Amino acid sequence: MDIWQLVFGRMSWDALPHEMVTIGGAVMLTLGGITAVAAMTYFKRWTWFWKNWLTSLDAKKIGVMYIVVALFMLLRGVADALMIRAQQITSVGEAQGVVSTETFQQVFSAHGSIMIFFVAMGLIFGLINLIVPLQIGSRDVAFPLLNSVSFWLFVVGVVMLNVSLVIGEFSAAGWLAYPPLSGLEYSPGVGVDYWIWALQIAGVGSLLSAINFLTTIFTMRAPGMTLTKMPIFVWSVVSSMFLVAFAFPILTATLGMLGLDRLLGMHFFTSDLGGNPMMYINLIWAWGHPEVYILILPAFGVYSEIVATFARKRLFGYMSMVWALGAITVLSFIVWLHHFFTMGGGAKVNAFFGIMTAVIAVPTGVKIFNWLFTMYGGRIRFTTPMLWFMGFVVTFTVGGVAGVLMSVPAIDFQVHNSLFLVAHFHTMIIGGVVFGFFAAMTYWFPKIFGFTLNERLGRYAFWSWLVGFLLAFVPLYALGLMGATRRLDHYDSSMGWQGLFIVAGVGVAVIGLGLLFQILQIVVSIRQRHQNRDTTGDPWDGRTLEWSVPSPAPVYNFTHTPQVTTRDAFWETKQAKVAKKRAPFEAIMLPKNSPVGIIIAGFSFILGFGLVWHMYWLAIIGLIGIIVTIIMRTWGEQDSEEELSAVAVEKLAAQAAFASRRKV
Amino acid sequence: MDQQEALLHEQKNRPKLLLGFWLYLMTDCLLFATLFAAYAVLQIGTANGPAAKDIFDPWFVLGETLVLLVSSFTCGLALLAMQARQKQQVMLWLGATVVLGLAFLGMELFEFISLAQEGHGWERSGFLSAFFTLVGTHGLHITVGILWAIVMILRVNKYGLTPPTTRKVTMFGMFWHFLDVIWIFIFTIVYMLGVL
Repeated sequence: MDIWQLVFGRMSWDALPHEMVTIGGAVMLTLGGITAVAAMTYFKRWTWFWKNWLTSLDAKKIGVMYIVVALFMLLRGVADALMIRAQQITSVGEAQGVVSTETFQQVFSAHGSIMIFFVAMGLIFGLINLIVPLQIGSRDVAFPLLNSVSFWLFVVGVVMLNVSLVIGEFSAAGWLAYPPLSGLEYSPGVGVDYWIWALQIAGVGSLLSAINFLTTIFTMRAPGMTLTKMPIFVWSVVSSMFLVAFAFPILTATLGMLGLDRLLGMHFFTSDLGGNPMMYINLIWAWGHPEVYILILPAFGVYSEIVATFARKRLFGYMSMVWALGAITVLSFIVWLHHFFTMGGGAKVNAFFGIMTAVIAVPTGVKIFNWLFTMYGGRIRFTTPMLWFMGFVVTFTVGGVAGVLMSVPAIDFQVHNSLFLVAHFHTMIIGGVVFGFFAAMTYWFPKIFGFTLNERLGRYAFWSWLVGFLLAFVPLYALGLMGATRRLDHYDSSMGWQGLFIVAGVGVAVIGLGLLFQILQIVVSIRQRHQNRDTTGDPWDGRTLEWSVPSPAPVYNFTHTPQVTTRDAFWETKQAKVAKKRAPFEAIMLPKNSPVGIIIAGFSFILGFGLVWHMYWLAIIGLIGIIVTIIMRTWGEQDSEEELSAVAVEKLAAQAAFASRRKV
Repeated sequence: MDQQEALLHEQKNRPKLLLGFWLYLMTDCLLFATLFAAYAVLQIGTANGPAAKDIFDPWFVLGETLVLLVSSFTCGLALLAMQARQKQQVMLWLGATVVLGLAFLGMELFEFISLAQEGHGWERSGFLSAFFTLVGTHGLHITVGILWAIVMILRVNKYGLTPPTTRKVTMFGMFWHFLDVIWIFIFTIVYMLGVL
């Protein structure tokens, strides 16, 4: 082994990008990074940034950071989607497309990995951080530092994925990297390793978050808030976090085994020497199917809050909602095989999983009807969150029906691996999770930032998204039935698919227009923040505890821990019209800022990067760094919290009240 | 912060930390469950190489098991001594746990190295990959546990049996007993059923 190999592992000059598209991406990414750093230095914002954001343990700030990172990744994911469509529109018959086949494979692998792991997961965790403590009447999460560690591990995943664009390559094996294609024999490069370690590190973060939020919800609810008096969003988070706690260990173990196959030459999933590739497919979907419910259940919670608020009615069928969430949580673990009906399970096995899959539609249907009955007889206000909700009901029902169709194994054999399937899961994830997040963002924005978002631009964005979504994915249902397979980089012109692909491409462009409206919406809303200031803390006439505190929610959330006696606690208080008793202010304990999260993440990145490139000395430094940091942090006996005195609380509360009353 | 306040703080936080740690242990349990499942599937994947009954020495592994069980016992004695507020004894029994843990780890490494030297390394077959990964993951946990116990001994020595320290030692105890339970499953499923 020569010295170069010892120091740089398998890195060489070839690792730099050498295709137009990837060079362009790498240059843009690098320039963007340099510009951001330069701007921060020029405006001398580093200290402010470090103190107020990077080392903050305030769940609301961590939530905002999650969402900002996820939205940036959304832009990259959409750029990948545009490239996929551009390729499929242009690469017909004699004509070659815009990118090479190898790059195309990396693009669709990156698109899927980014959208699920670093957009959808980031948005969901961000939302949970922002809203759950406020809704349960708590000042904080159970383990604030662990929360920061989770977030920074998520960022490490994001960074590794983007570094792969500049140094080396990304996986070309699809978003779930099926072996034997993802094994050492067929993917000898670093792409799959980047995929493994980006997901592994971010996945550990998700697992820690689940432990954190389950503990928070079970031990830190306001007095009087029994489990069945929790807002339904909190219930949906309980279900979702249970799924994370049960499913992510499977992912960790599975990625670990694939990593060992590649790193140490083991034979878990190789097609020779006793390995079993089908075991990977089973394991990854035993995690992967619960994963889609991890994403959609909190979105269901969001819709439940929004429909009750804007219909000005109690949520219809609260208990049936809770039971439906529980049923979906359990059922989601016994349907994984429907992802590979065609791979030789046999008639009886397929029949069982087909029926179980169809059964999931029942609790989901219960929820849809509960929402519709909540609207029935209500005095509905058609605000932007409500528009997103109604768009969701339509798209999600369409996608759900397509899903039930595919739960029949005989039909699945026809559409397996086709664009019909691609259309189905995009309908569920865009129409369900993404619409849900946009609804949530518009709904809770004033609570976090103190002013409402511009309604008109919000409506434009919604209609662009809805129309763009339909244009982009209805053609895919048709193309799938016509036999177009997914991940197709070239086809013959006699297939007659090009027209539909063009329509789908136009759809993506219209979605892009929607994104543009959203960026504009944020810019315009910030400029008009003084007119749109939320002076009451309750801009929508809300029902749950988060609306009982001023906007933006103060760092300690509640000056006094609320007492809860009913569901929709805040609504009932407003109806009762009891005069507020002025209890004296009390001292509040808040966690001190801590750089531990960012330090552990830094060492994790070193560990992951070292493992990807076989720079073992670097990996060892990363590992030792993590261990030493943990020991040093847990060693001290002194406390990691600082006290906000009663006087300080009173002053802050008065400031918040003054700021909200001030008309500018 | 005075003693009284520290105690109140600890009382407030202890249930959260213990519940959180339980949840972590459950997720770890599922990680092992996945590796057990992989082992069960790949048991037949010997690729004409050795099978379980050809290479395992049940008496040696029984010795390993007894060492680990005794370490669990000494760990329990440390926790009892902690309730009796006997600082020296806590350190003594934690020390014994570390020594026994190291002995267990040494025996496991000896087994691994012997297997590799006989040409039964993890590259040989899917079965051996699954075996080394499952047992090795447990060994990795034991390593972490030993490190943790050493830190706990140093801690008890420095701070005495303060509320945060007793809580941390309790959590270490949960971790160590958990690893014992996992090992019982490994002993039964991998070794005993393997050599039958």
